Amino acid sequence: MDLPLDATHGELSMNAARNIPRTWLVLPVALFLAAFYVYPLWEVLSLGLGQAVKDVSTLAPLLSSYYPRVVFFTFWQAVISSILTLGAALPGAYVLARHDFAGKSLFETLVTIPFVLPTVVVAAAFRTLADPDTLLGSLASHLGIFTDGEQQGLYLILAAHVFFNFSLALRIIGSFWARLHPAMTESARMAGATPWQAFRTVTLPLLSPAIAAAGLLVFIFCFSSFGVVLLLGGYRYSTLEVEIYRQAAHVFNLPLAAVLSIIQLLVTWGAMRVQSRFQERCTRPLSPVTNIVPLTRAARTPRLLARGYLTAVSLVLVAPLLSLALESLRPDQAWSLAAYAGLFENPRGSVFHVPPMAAMGNSLLYALAATLMAVPLGLCAATFVHTRSRLARILDPLLMLPMTTSAVTLGFGFIIALDQPPLHLRSSWVLVPIAHALVAFPFVLRTVLPALSAVPAELREAASTLGAGPWKVWASIDLPLLSRATLLGALYSFVISLGEFGATIFIARPHTPTLPMAIYRNLSLPGSQNHAQAMASATLLMVLCALCFLMLERCKKRMWGDF
Amino acid sequence: MKHLFALLVLTLTLCHGALASAGSELTVMTHDSFSMSQDVLNRFETQSGITVRILQSGDAGAALNQAILAKNSPLADVFYGVDNTFLSRAMKAGIFEPYAPAGIDAVPGALLLDPENRLVPVDFGDVCLNYDLGWFTAKNLNPPSSLEDLTKPEYKDLLVVQNPATSSPGLAFLLATIGHFGEDGAFSFWQRLKDNGVLVTGGWKDAYWGHFTAASKGKRPIVVSYATSPAAEVHFGKDPQAPAPTAAVLTAGSAFRQIEFAGVLKGAKNPEAARKFMDFLLSPDFQEDIPLQMFVFPANTRAKLPEVFMKHARQADTPAQVSPADIDASREAWISRWTQLMVN
Repeated sequence: MDLPLDATHGELSMNAARNIPRTWLVLPVALFLAAFYVYPLWEVLSLGLGQAVKDVSTLAPLLSSYYPRVVFFTFWQAVISSILTLGAALPGAYVLARHDFAGKSLFETLVTIPFVLPTVVVAAAFRTLADPDTLLGSLASHLGIFTDGEQQGLYLILAAHVFFNFSLALRIIGSFWARLHPAMTESARMAGATPWQAFRTVTLPLLSPAIAAAGLLVFIFCFSSFGVVLLLGGYRYSTLEVEIYRQAAHVFNLPLAAVLSIIQLLVTWGAMRVQSRFQERCTRPLSPVTNIVPLTRAARTPRLLARGYLTAVSLVLVAPLLSLALESLRPDQAWSLAAYAGLFENPRGSVFHVPPMAAMGNSLLYALAATLMAVPLGLCAATFVHTRSRLARILDPLLMLPMTTSAVTLGFGFIIALDQPPLHLRSSWVLVPIAHALVAFPFVLRTVLPALSAVPAELREAASTLGAGPWKVWASIDLPLLSRATLLGALYSFVISLGEFGATIFIARPHTPTLPMAIYRNLSLPGSQNHAQAMASATLLMVLCALCFLMLERCKKRMWGDF
Repeated sequence: MKHLFALLVLTLTLCHGALASAGSELTVMTHDSFSMSQDVLNRFETQSGITVRILQSGDAGAALNQAILAKNSPLADVFYGVDNTFLSRAMKAGIFEPYAPAGIDAVPGALLLDPENRLVPVDFGDVCLNYDLGWFTAKNLNPPSSLEDLTKPEYKDLLVVQNPATSSPGLAFLLATIGHFGEDGAFSFWQRLKDNGVLVTGGWKDAYWGHFTAASKGKRPIVVSYATSPAAEVHFGKDPQAPAPTAAVLTAGSAFRQIEFAGVLKGAKNPEAARKFMDFLLSPDFQEDIPLQMFVFPANTRAKLPEVFMKHARQADTPAQVSPADIDASREAWISRWTQLMVN
């Protein structure tokens, strides 16, 4: 429960008639999810389970030692990945929350890029880490991490998960930490506690909901990890999501795919439930961001530690991205801009190999359409979840499920379910932005929710006392105060759609390739030109995402974002 | 907000409707690796008066399974891209109508796997070992010339292959070993490969761009790829006159031939246009477009090959043999046996 609502609860219910029907705002969201998520998923799962009833032997592989091992591995790699991510992000969250330094926005932007890059690009970038000719690679090979051996797949999976999710943990914990008043830690220090004691007994307990929320979110993403495991896991490591894909797309054992999908849904749903509780505790209005000290004025030891940390993170997270850009400039080991000239060309005259710039045009259009859907959906969902009604508490974690549902399962569901009017959309291009919106709107929800809690109820009261109708109140009070958060959510949706690949690929769609697909196609054929062009397109995508995030950092100033 | 949303849905639906209502329209469903020249497609459209709409959906397996799921109300008129590892599944599902396109007489008998012509071969490619010529010259070592060579000590830690569970060339290579050594022989061969330090990646991209010395800073000079990969290396390389940096191993029984089929879907809305498109697929115009678009060989022997193919692409004379029925029956068992062996 957040405080302002509690304090004025009586007046609110008195004015209930004059308030907009917040609960009903769930309706468009529910309709959208029902049509494009629940219904297709239901159809494909019930088809699978129906076949299982007819022929139980299809489920026999579940009894082998293989599947329990896959479930176990999926679980523990997600746990380890989240712990590693939290460990890497915690010092950064402190530095970002308490200090200002030159290039802070740039730093935050750069660390966020991996989160939205297509996996196939990240895997390519990551390979440079395993390359002993580079500075980082030689360090890694000295530590024995990325050797060309048996365990490499596991290390690469864990490292890639940290790489992907680092910014998520950094943002959730950092923005919460920034709102913790330093006075509490200071008084502990005054009472004679060492910095470590003060951190352990005061700061850490206060931070714990944010840490738990971040950790669980990372766990959920890693639990349903697909591309990373498929591309980097070799043969030894497989997750539930990869097995679902294999059973559905290759073996065509839909019963087994359905059962595995249900296991995955149950686990992520359970984790989401707990996560949304912690998230709720994080959105309590706390003191606004204060006491940001320029890093140059911090004491010597913490300053050096912070500098060392920032340098190390920049190196580890940014170096692979830079190496991609460098490779695009050095096709055939010699400096050249040929790959960039090629961005406007289609030398093969092919229907499918459109010039990367044309693919970028498609990507931008899809991203725009996805954002136009995700923003109203996210706003409605946030307003609804904010009521904290029983229904809202039940539905909140369910709203997040599309983000982690197996893409191939949903793609098959679209084929079976959306084959009749009014939803005869199964082979329409519209499904692509719809799938992107399914993944993106929870991000709008999560960015708008904290801002919604910060809207003082007195303002609404005042407006309605002055005679404004419920929609007028919403439009003149809530909406302007939410505009920054909405913009933030919109940018997130846009960038997520730009980089989306995993869900798009399993939708039957007309040939309008997006930039990630163009990259994927370029990497599907041998030849140095193909590689250079893929690297150039990937660089283009990174620059595009970076620009969006720099804009995001601009409008995030003085905002309490949770992502 | 609700109005805005309703408006959006309405607009999208209208756009969709407008796009779908063309004249004589033909829908072709295929996988993500399909490609053809815009010119060639335009010529077909002008000559036939048919507008072609192409749907793509995931890899070959995912696309075929979607076509099977849509059996009762087909998504398309023609399906392109059933390979011989999925042929039996497609036949059992009964989703194709028999049709023998003009030009089928110029297709070698070895490619015609369905006597009823429900599925007709359009292209083929051999999955085989590729090696980095420069690496072997620099090390003054003879490149491998057969599968058996790979287990010799001088080739220790030099090979990278793909996981047959997740990769189509990976599965093809496993099938090559099964066709060549027989099932039990193949798995004892894999045990020896494992002892000799074979590296397994999830897919072709990671193997080729991540580990193969000729294409990356990796450490493995032997990779599982296609017999046409050296041609692609030259075609997409800096200098089209340069010699190929890589070469393929195509000795008897060391390659697996992937054959791609197309067919008219049962319940097609426009069966007549579908049959015209099938004729077009085997016509020289399309067949001669295949090599430089998809880097595989055309099924029609009358199709002329481009120069880079004549020079650098080769075909296996005697590829390893495994029948589509055997593949369909044992695919999962072979993959689990392989995984068991490699993990333990």
